[in-house]
Formats: sequence, structure tokens, C-alpha cells
Amino acid sequence: MAYYISNIARSKGDPKVLHSGPSSLGAADRLAKALGWFSIGLGIAELVAPERFTRALGMEGKEALVRAYGVRELGHGIVSLSPDKHVGLWSRVAGDGLDIATLMTAMRHDNPKRDNVGIALAAVLGVTLLDIVGAQAVTARHSRPRGRPRSYRDRTGFPQGVQAARGAARDFQVPPDMRAAPTLAAVSDRAPQERARPH
Amino acid sequence: MRALVWHGKEDIRCDTVTDPEIEQPRDAIVKVTSCAICGSDLHLFHNFIPAMLPGDVMGHEMMGEVVEVGPEARGKLKKGDRVVVPFTIICGECDQCKRGNFSVCQRSNRKKDLADKVFGHATAGLFGYTHLTGGYPGGQAEYLRVPFADATHIKVPDGIPDEKVLFLGDIFPTGWQAAVQCDIQPTDTVAIWGCGPVGQMAIRSAVLLGAKQVIAIDHLPERLEMAQAGGAITINFDEESVVERLNELTGGEGPEKCIDAIGMEAHVSPSMPDTVYDRAKQMLGAESDRPHVLREMIYVCRPAGVISIPGVYGGLVDKIPMGQLMNKGLTIRTGQTHVNRWTDDLLRRIEEGQIDPSFVITHTVSLDEGPEMYKVFRDKQDSCIKVVLKP
Ligand SMILES: [Zn+2]
Ligand SMILES: [Zn+2]
Repeated sequence: MAYYISNIARSKGDPKVLHSGPSSLGAADRLAKALGWFSIGLGIAELVAPERFTRALGMEGKEALVRAYGVRELGHGIVSLSPDKHVGLWSRVAGDGLDIATLMTAMRHDNPKRDNVGIALAAVLGVTLLDIVGAQAVTARHSRPRGRPRSYRDRTGFPQGVQAARGAARDFQVPPDMRAAPTLAAVSDRAPQERARPH
Repeated sequence: MRALVWHGKEDIRCDTVTDPEIEQPRDAIVKVTSCAICGSDLHLFHNFIPAMLPGDVMGHEMMGEVVEVGPEARGKLKKGDRVVVPFTIICGECDQCKRGNFSVCQRSNRKKDLADKVFGHATAGLFGYTHLTGGYPGGQAEYLRVPFADATHIKVPDGIPDEKVLFLGDIFPTGWQAAVQCDIQPTDTVAIWGCGPVGQMAIRSAVLLGAKQVIAIDHLPERLEMAQAGGAITINFDEESVVERLNELTGGEGPEKCIDAIGMEAHVSPSMPDTVYDRAKQMLGAESDRPHVLREMIYVCRPAGVISIPGVYGGLVDKIPMGQLMNKGLTIRTGQTHVNRWTDDLLRRIEEGQIDPSFVITHTVSLDEGPEMYKVFRDKQDSCIKVVLKP
């Protein structure tokens, strides 16, 4: 675990982790994280070696398309790993649709790699299922449930009421370093006392 | 002891860790009785401010009882003292401390070399807030070591509940300073973006300081309701145009004073295209902060007005309308809070019953439930506005 390494660098009197307890990451978040990294990995592979994909799937000549999908996949990954992970996972689901549609075009009878395409399709379908489950779980975990929020109508913060509070701290002297640009009164003839305010 | 520990993005755990020990003669150890999760902790939760390391203890809003005092802190503190710990660690002796600029204390940041490189000049050490500000372990824990403890504390009397004084360590003086730096005049309209805990405190502070009207901007109904309870006129940006409404409420002139209680993570919505642009750039690492509020404030603020920024920004922002800012002659005031500059006065106001900051607390839970509460607070579930943890 990463904290073992940072423990070494900590100063003598600072607390060091002995063992870890429950985390703020839920199962859905961990799934989102895994799928996010999967997107990054796949995206890099598609960008760096598109010919491996086209050759295996009998789609020679479509390298540019695979590269574009690689960029798209990186996008899914970055968003899935961000705090807006529900957006990332739903974008993955949409991307899965695109992948399936593209693979379907390669399911032609004259494609000698038709078997490979079938395997790829099955894999994408499996991942799609996982994406849908993950997207739903993450959305449910992090959304604000519908219904009326709690009422804070009585939370004034002023024990003597709002009316009494208005201007109650006018006795406070704003320190010189925090005074703002002069008000209209400061340069008008009608308010010499304002002009004379000590600085 | 148990503590809430940062392990990575959105991964905070309630761990068992070693107890803190006195390291320097001016240190003290505090047994934490109450601590809180701050909105700015969420920037760390999202890993938007780099320089956290796995194993760092979170938390910078805490109070408790002094249980151990280093030899050089003994004149000022003794075992059994009840203290709120300010989030800014201060030496009390350097040039900046002497001027009351505590949040830029020149001596309390023990990672000064790193901070000098990143910020040009180091700022004060902060509890539980990255290695840029000293990498000091935070107070979402059972025990806390307080460096420079003879200066870094706010003594509070017995007999006043934790909930009423806990926020003296951060959000109350933060909201207060935000309003004070506006130099509020009785004729002023103060517009406050964000009705989170700091926004709520800024609203109360602006009301106390006698603004003509205080306008609060958010989109969560429960937060707007709390803002209204505190005396603010509210604007729901999901339902109406902030700029139009602010102009309407100020006879077309715009508010004289604007407070940004949002900072680097502005709400992202397709109805505000610049926020989508910022979010995309942020994901690609091309911009660290989303400054929608800053842009809106510069646009709507009355010429020669003041913009006060208590909201935390982390690094680089893009598309700031410098032309508007300069030509309108706006004054921008920023800074982490000089907590101890205000706390004697604010403690008196609490004791006199002018204000009771505990109004903002919506959830009180044990430390074990802390990790889950980070999620609840971040996702604004269960009408959560402020979480207090009881170690
Ligand atoms: Zn804070
Ligand atoms: Zn100092």
C-alpha cells in the first residue's frame, strides 16, 4: 500500500497509518475506477497499434477509425476517473453501442476473421453489461434523492432574531488595511467626518 | 488512535494510526472533542490541489482539550485548557504575524522550500491541507499535535457547548473576514455566491455589519432556505439569471460588494457554457480551477466596487475578463483567513448572543462515519450543509 512508502518520510511525531479502515469509495466507485483504467488502456492500445486490431478483425484499412476510437476511449477513461464518473460510465455505454455497430459491419460472410469478430462482439457485449450496471450503480450512489429537502426555515443563526441582528456589529472598526475605495461620501462636501476618517 | 486519512482521489478512510507526539518545545497535544468537514476538504477529496500523500490525516476545523504541553508553550497553555485550534498555524512573532497577516506567517510552514517554489513565497502552515502548506497532520482525529501552540490556539471558556465555538477555527472568521474586507457601508448591497457553510457565515456577517441588502446565490433549495432564514434575498441560478436579477435588485447599478464563497469548483451546467469549458480543460489538466463565479462577479459588480474571495483557488484559471476588471476599477481582496485576528471579537459576539454559528450544523456523527459523510456532503445528499464529527 502507498502509505507504507509515505510513512517512511513522515516526521517523528506525525501519525503513521497502522491499519486501514472503511473507505469513502463504494463498490460502484471501485468498478467505475476499474472501467476507467480499462478505457485508458484500451485507448492507448488503439492509438499506438491500430493495425493489430484491424488485422485480427479483418478490417484492414480502418486504422484511422480505430485511432479515433482510441481517442474516444481515452475520453471515456478520463471522465470515468474524475468526480463526474457517472458521465464517464454512461459515455462508455454509448461508446459500446458504437463499437458493437462497427463490429457488426465486420460480421460479413466473406470476412476470413469472422470468428474473431464474433469473439470481440461477445466481449464487448459483456463489457456493455458491466458498464450499464456500473453506470446505474454510480448514478444511484451519488445522486440527490428526489423528494422534499429538509426545512431550514428556522436556522437564522441569530438568537435575537434577524431584525435585531441587522447592523448589530456596526461597532466593529474595519482595520485600515481592509478599507475599500472611498465611498461617495468620502469626497462629498456633505460628509467631512467621512473624509476625516483616520487611515 | 483513529483518524480520517487520505489515500487517494475520493478515498478517505477511518484508519488506526500512531498517536501524535510532541516534537518541538512549542508543541502541544490536543484531545479532539469535535471536528468538522470543510468545503475546502472536498478539493482534497477530489485531488484538485496536488501535494497530498497517501497517509495524510485530514481536517482543519477542530477543538478540544489540551493534554500535553511542550516546555516553551507552558506560559500560555496548560493541561486541561479548552481550545479551538485555528486552521492557520502561526508563530506570532514574524513580521507578518505582527501585522495580523496570520495566514501568511513566515515561519510556520515547514515545507517552505516546496512552497517557495510553487507560490513564489511560502504561506503559513495549515493543518491537514497538503504538503504545500507544511504537510501537517489534520484534526479529523482523536488527537492533534499543534505546532507553535503558544500562539496557535483560541481559548474558550467552559460552559459553552462545542457546537457554538467550534467554527471560530475556520468558517466563522472566514465568512467574517470576507465581509470585513468589503468594508460594508450602510448603503451597500452585498452579493454572496454560494450558500455552503462559508457563504452562510458571510451572509450573517454582512447582516451584522449592516449592509443595506444581502443577496445570496445558490441552486440547492435547502441552502437557499437557510440563507433566507439568515436575512438574505435569494437567487436560484437554475431558475433565473443571476446578472439580471442582481441588476434588478440594485436599480440597474450592480452590487457594490461581491463575495465568492465558491472558489475553484463552480457548479457545472450546460446553461453556463463556460463551466463546461472549464470542466473539460480541468479534466485534461489544462486548467486547475473553474472560475465561473469570478467571471460573473467581475461582470456584474458595480464599478469601483469590491470583490472579496474567501473561496479557495488552487492554481491556474483561464478567461478572466481583465479588461472589465481594470476598466471598472474593481478592488479584489483575497487570502486565507487571518483567524486569530478576529476570534477575540467573534467569541465575544457569540457569548453576547449576537450570533450562534451552530445553526449551520446539519449532521453530527462519529469519526467512523466520516468517510461516508465526505460522500454525503460532496453529493449534497440528505440536505447536508455542515458535518460535525465526534471522535
Ligand atoms: Zn475550512
Ligand atoms: Zn508568524
